Amino acid sequence: MAMKPLTNRSKQVVNKEMTFTEKLYLPAILNGMRITFSHFFRKPVTISYPEKKRPISEVYRGMHVLKRDEIGAERCTACGLCAVACPAEAITMTAAERKKGEEHLYREEKYAAVYDINMLRCIFCGLCEEACPKEAIFLTDRIVPTEFERNDFVYGKDKLVEGVEPQKRIDVTKRQTKEVAEFKKHPEYAHNKLWDPNKSITKKKAH
Amino acid sequence: MTFSWWPAILAVIVFGVTLVTAMYSTYAERKFAAFFQDRLGPNRAGPFGLLQPLADGVKMFMKEEIIPSVSNKFLFVLGPSLFMITSLMTSSVIPWGPSLTIGGETYALQVADVNIAVLYLFGVVSIGVYGIMIGGWASNNKFALLGALRASSQMISYEVAMGISVVTLIMLTGTLSTSEIAAQQHGFLGDSYLTWNFFKNPLTFLIFFICALAETNRTPFDLPESETELIGGYHTEFSSMKLGLYLFAEYINMFVSSAVMALFFFGGYNYPWMDLLSDSPNLQALIGVGVMFSKTVFFIFVFMWIRWTIPRFRYDQLMHLGWKVLIPLSLINLVVQGFVMYGMGML
Repeated sequence: MAMKPLTNRSKQVVNKEMTFTEKLYLPAILNGMRITFSHFFRKPVTISYPEKKRPISEVYRGMHVLKRDEIGAERCTACGLCAVACPAEAITMTAAERKKGEEHLYREEKYAAVYDINMLRCIFCGLCEEACPKEAIFLTDRIVPTEFERNDFVYGKDKLVEGVEPQKRIDVTKRQTKEVAEFKKHPEYAHNKLWDPNKSITKKKAH
Repeated sequence: MTFSWWPAILAVIVFGVTLVTAMYSTYAERKFAAFFQDRLGPNRAGPFGLLQPLADGVKMFMKEEIIPSVSNKFLFVLGPSLFMITSLMTSSVIPWGPSLTIGGETYALQVADVNIAVLYLFGVVSIGVYGIMIGGWASNNKFALLGALRASSQMISYEVAMGISVVTLIMLTGTLSTSEIAAQQHGFLGDSYLTWNFFKNPLTFLIFFICALAETNRTPFDLPESETELIGGYHTEFSSMKLGLYLFAEYINMFVSSAVMALFFFGGYNYPWMDLLSDSPNLQALIGVGVMFSKTVFFIFVFMWIRWTIPRFRYDQLMHLGWKVLIPLSLINLVVQGFVMYGMGML
């Protein structure tokens, strides 16, 4: 049975002898030249990048940001869930204990002393953001710039953590919609609970 | 006849114009390629990227110059030099316009008006292949040698058909002098027929044009270079300005062969209704120079247009076209034209 063509442009291939005009090739060449010439005066499709930027999605997954809370303390507790979730193994961190008097710097008793993301390994999937229980890491619409050295692509806290000042804060409200924030906090949803094999949703569906 | 500096001055002018045209051909090539492909092309260096050729030249000169230790150094340097010299020499016999008369002195707009100019032209062009062969062989590199072999076999094959088509043209014009060929095509409308040689025998032009594409190693005949197969072909081992000379000489060749086509088949400096200006021959001549130049530029454009339209030939297709199609076709063309001219009582 012949397959139904997807477009009306498909042509039946015929292995017939070429006619004399076809053997001359010149009409075909002239036709080709006509086609290329018709492109000559067309508007270029190029977008001159640094001057003009292509509009990107509001929820674009670009360079990460480590968020601070309202008083400016780092939200990250170095739990390592993002590193575990990362399919590219781009995230590494070293945890440290908060000292007395550092409450304005770190939100909870534990914090990340070192937090590195290797931007060459990162595939910008956003799983770290999904895994984070503390609303600490987000992907933003900022683009990772080019560097000359490989090492320069390993971003530490100096590049990842947002500034304390209000004007230096990175707006992530587009990615952190109310619904998502609610969903993450909701104790009844499966991914916020401890995993119970008997009550697993996926297991039920499989049967 | 007293000694005159004029031919030397004209030679320098032609030299300069040739180089500048070739320089901006590289820019035009990239710009046109972009336009044919709905892109913008180089636009960063200067307004509209007009300084791009300068930037390219500076880049070429700044690059490290490598002469492979296993190569034959003398021949390695001789290759690009010879290619460049021969491509520059060809422009000397092209008449850029009728003579200028200033203060009773006549200034010919042709560096050397020799009576065997056509022979000279093809003699010099066929030396050009030695530049490629020597360069490719002296590199001591398999790809370079393959590229050089391809180049020499291609140029020799297509020179045969080109030679026969030129013989046809010489039969038609009855002269080997380029200035006479140009003068014969005076105006546009002759007494009974159009004066330009193209209208007298278009097939000759077609053969000549195809062979000119092959001789200048332009697509679809760019097998000697074929980046995708031979990583650059004969100039694989060349770096810095020696590579630049090879690439640049290709554009000079393109300029000269465009000029030759304009001269042989499209009337050279002649243009329709030029006799209306016969009261002021200098103005007539100057417009003629402009006309000659625009015809040349038009053919350069056609060269580029073809490059961005047609893919490269396979090697056997190239040889098939050269030996089994073009040579018989040009021979038949020659014989048929001979009979027609005999019938018309021109022989």
